[in-house]
Amino acid sequence: MAADLARAITASPAVRPRRSLRHLARRIGFLGAVATLVLIAGAALLAPHVAPYDPNAINLGHALKAPSAVHWFGTDQLGRDVLSRVIHGGRMSLLIALCVVTLAGIGGTLAGLVAGYRGGLVDDVVMRLAEIQYALPPVILALVMVGVLGPSTVNIILVITLANWARFARVIRAEAISLRHRDFVLLARLSGASSWRIVLTHILPNVKPTLLVLLTLDIGLIIILEATLSFLGLGIQPPDPSWGTMIAEGRAYLERAWWTSLLPGAALLATVLAANILADGFGRRGAGGPGGA
Amino acid sequence: MPSYVLRRLGAGAITLFVMTAIIFALVRLVGDPAHLMLPPEATEADRALFREQLGLSGPLPLQYLDYLLALARGDLGQSFRFAAPALEVVLQRLGPSLILTGAAMAFAVVAEVPLGILSAVRPGGIADQAARLFCALGQAAPPFFFSLLFIRLFAVEWRLVPTSGYGTPAHLVLPTLALGWYSAAGLMRLTRANLTQVLASEYIKMARAKGLPEHVVLVKHALRNVALPLVTFAASQFGILLGGAVSVEAVFAVPGFGSLIVEAISQLDYPVVQAAVVVSVVLFILINLGVDLIYAALDPRIRYGR
Repeated sequence: MAADLARAITASPAVRPRRSLRHLARRIGFLGAVATLVLIAGAALLAPHVAPYDPNAINLGHALKAPSAVHWFGTDQLGRDVLSRVIHGGRMSLLIALCVVTLAGIGGTLAGLVAGYRGGLVDDVVMRLAEIQYALPPVILALVMVGVLGPSTVNIILVITLANWARFARVIRAEAISLRHRDFVLLARLSGASSWRIVLTHILPNVKPTLLVLLTLDIGLIIILEATLSFLGLGIQPPDPSWGTMIAEGRAYLERAWWTSLLPGAALLATVLAANILADGFGRRGAGGPGGA
Repeated sequence: MPSYVLRRLGAGAITLFVMTAIIFALVRLVGDPAHLMLPPEATEADRALFREQLGLSGPLPLQYLDYLLALARGDLGQSFRFAAPALEVVLQRLGPSLILTGAAMAFAVVAEVPLGILSAVRPGGIADQAARLFCALGQAAPPFFFSLLFIRLFAVEWRLVPTSGYGTPAHLVLPTLALGWYSAAGLMRLTRANLTQVLASEYIKMARAKGLPEHVVLVKHALRNVALPLVTFAASQFGILLGGAVSVEAVFAVPGFGSLIVEAISQLDYPVVQAAVVVSVVLFILINLGVDLIYAALDPRIRYGR
């Protein structure tokens, strides 16, 4: 069997080199993304230990200094070290993204599973609620709610969760619907398993690949949404560093000191890009297509 | 078909109703505008008068009923800050945002559909790789970051366009690029995926077997079948663009709908916030309905209504 397979593969030399090259490029991309995320998450986790300076230490004598060996990312308008603030800001962004992904992922997935498996009234209610979430762009929904509730970290997490759960519910519901008439589900029902048991032990494991892709994609979307709120002054509040507030504060110095706004933005871009590449890789693997991650 | 439209409008009305109830309750439960808006030395009598004028006195359900009745007449209350009806304030600021989102969408279509075609024709080729990198970057950062990057490059470094402001076509260039790039990625992916699928189908093989030149196969046979989902997808991007426009407008000082929402929130101008929410939900519902109707009109296989 294995020998047949090997012969079949080597028998098509015209296709092989190019495909394996692409495969290699994808593999490098995927591993690069993993490495980037590990680096950023590690720095965020150990922020107090790895940040070279206190992120809030003001030194007006050293304001707006360009990147150098002493301050790798330069200093901002108050002489604070931009790299240290980027590291501490990443801690906040990732913490919020993790909380939201967990809450929205669990809530949306459960809602989708139950709606898809049970159908009927539950389905109608869940889908109507999802439609309401979809009726406003997430940025506007989150802005209005944070504006009214006040920009505390807990409120930001709650509001972004409320603006993000419906995607999970919709996709998982569609999968649950396609699974509920499959033989193994019918057999489980015949053997007397409860609905919850069927949903959690038979349907949930089968939506895992999709869920993994949704979760990683969502990390990027949440980081962007949180940064947007912070940028508009309705997210993390100064002097606490966050990527969004740093970009907003650096805006006034764009001509004289681009590093104060563009380097935090670059950190954000690297993080979201890595998360999206990861999601892409998971999606390819889940689909079982060629050149899996 | 008319019954389908009615049903969709009915569902839209329910969405709007629930949305207004949520926003109404949030605004009323969290703070008393009479305390937030009036100076601290105002007397209790002043506050009562203020509440009376703004329709903030009386039990909540009654206030909501009044609000709904006014809403049905198209009256969304008076702006706290501007001496004008809230709806008027919102509609005035909608124009610049619609121009900006329209331009961004046009840019996305013009830039990305050809890129999608190029990558589908030679998957794995250089054009494909470049197009995918371009899209991955566009989706990896919020539009306001690209706005600042473009300002630094095109306005500060090379002085090609103005840094910010609104009014001339030159002012529109950078916000359009920043906003369009973000939404372009989805368009390119969709073009690529659909075209790849179509190019692998039987009737394309047939057309090639007939000996038709490749460009005829591509343009006359393949692209027509890809255009349809693109139309609907482009229209469905409206919400994403309107959301992205909020931060882009803030960067470029565009007097649009998004910057109005941010201003109204920070100035506690709740009637304007409510009016903005109502207007964007109505827009959203109408656009989605329009998209579905266009789809049905373009594709004879689709018929709505049971």
